[in-house]
Amino acid sequence: MNTTKITARSITDREFFYGHKACAGCGGSLAVRHILKVLGERTFTAIPAGCMSAVGFIYPQLCFTGNAIISTFPGTASMLSGIAAGAKALKLNNFHVVGIAGDGGTADIGIQALSGAIDRRDKVIYICYDNEAYMNTGIQKSGLTPFGAKTTTTPAGENIRGSVTHKKNMFEIVAAHGIDYAATASVGYLQDFINKIQKASQVEGTSYIHVYAPCPTGWGVASNTTVNIAKEVVDCGLWYLAEYECDEFTLNRNPKTFTSVEKYLRSQGRFKHLQAHDIEHIEEMRDRKWERMRRLWRSV
Amino acid sequence: MSNRPTVQHFNSPKHISDYPVGPAFRAGFLTSTNAGWRSERPVLVAERCTLCYQCYMYCPEATVFKITGAVDFDFDYCKGCGICAEVCAAKAITMIPEKR
Ligand SMILES: Cc1ncc(C[n+]2csc(CCOP(=O)(O)OP(=O)(O)O)c2C)c(N)n1
Ligand code: SF4
Ligand SMILES: [Mg+2]
Repeated sequence: MNTTKITARSITDREFFYGHKACAGCGGSLAVRHILKVLGERTFTAIPAGCMSAVGFIYPQLCFTGNAIISTFPGTASMLSGIAAGAKALKLNNFHVVGIAGDGGTADIGIQALSGAIDRRDKVIYICYDNEAYMNTGIQKSGLTPFGAKTTTTPAGENIRGSVTHKKNMFEIVAAHGIDYAATASVGYLQDFINKIQKASQVEGTSYIHVYAPCPTGWGVASNTTVNIAKEVVDCGLWYLAEYECDEFTLNRNPKTFTSVEKYLRSQGRFKHLQAHDIEHIEEMRDRKWERMRRLWRSV
Repeated sequence: MSNRPTVQHFNSPKHISDYPVGPAFRAGFLTSTNAGWRSERPVLVAERCTLCYQCYMYCPEATVFKITGAVDFDFDYCKGCGICAEVCAAKAITMIPEKR
């Protein structure tokens, strides 16, 4: 098992996701690229309906250079279990089984299959790339759409300004299963994400990574801003970098001060309509979350 | 560049019997490029490049590649998103308009 740190200098030059048709600047495609670079050639990949399968498998243009398949929308994790069982029956050694699903595919329609795979402790890696809505079908609200975000099913009007619900707490829902390894990440902090993919690949049971992946098309931002936004969301405290293993939560990053939430929100088309008290509410929820994380979680 | 797939010719099915049996096909088979998506292209000033490879890391297209003493771009697949220029701390990459 390779435990040496993978860096910008040492990471393989091989590409396993190339020529895809994702929008320019797509955070999801950056996540997929590094997941496959870290896991390497001997990887079985299942990707459900969603942008990453839609942009990667356009017959006859097939952008995954490894063994990859589209799963049903709700069935990512059950397909992973099936692949793992099949590989075991064939007595294969030295391989990874990874599922890469969107926020809708994970927190809503695929949550039951994911829960089952974790319960069985199947040796599979499940990665949710979170672009905070159902993007591939035209920006509908999912269980991971944040409060206030405008989507086609949560429009911004006079009385209701975007999504009225908050993001489901997927990371802690997964951790509550007593999963072997779970982590949150952001494509804005790639080294942290890469370390976590590597760690997940070495876990004996099930592992889960939730990676924040901005979508320029759905969020109303320019293609060159997505990496900066993915950094800023962590810096302003609306997303956090954490891990769960051996019954313990760890905050990987515990900033003394946060950057401006207002600036983060105002830079994106989907939040343009928010009023001052909406932003105050979002800050309050952030502070409540951090108070709890800092009180109960270990921090490094 | 051999670490990435390149465009190949696809023989379009002429008859129903030419279609693959089942929904499976060769991995890493590319039939088209993405160059036409671009309205701007990255230009590197090699003297400024510190070889930190952040552009290489953050490119969602994997179109930045390492060469001796600098980086280069695969313009068949670069979509001109501009992320490489944003993440370059040395400001060695600028985006210039693509002209036909
Ligand atoms: C059972 C089923 N219901 C609905 C769809 C239509 N559908 C395809 S992709 C998609 C959105 C996926 O959203 P998400 O999982 O967040 O991934 P994203 O497209 O945002 O990357 C939907 C609703 C489907 N393919 N199958
Ligand atoms: S719609 Fe969003 S998630 Fe989908 S390919 Fe475009 S940028 Fe990526
Ligand atoms: Mg989504």
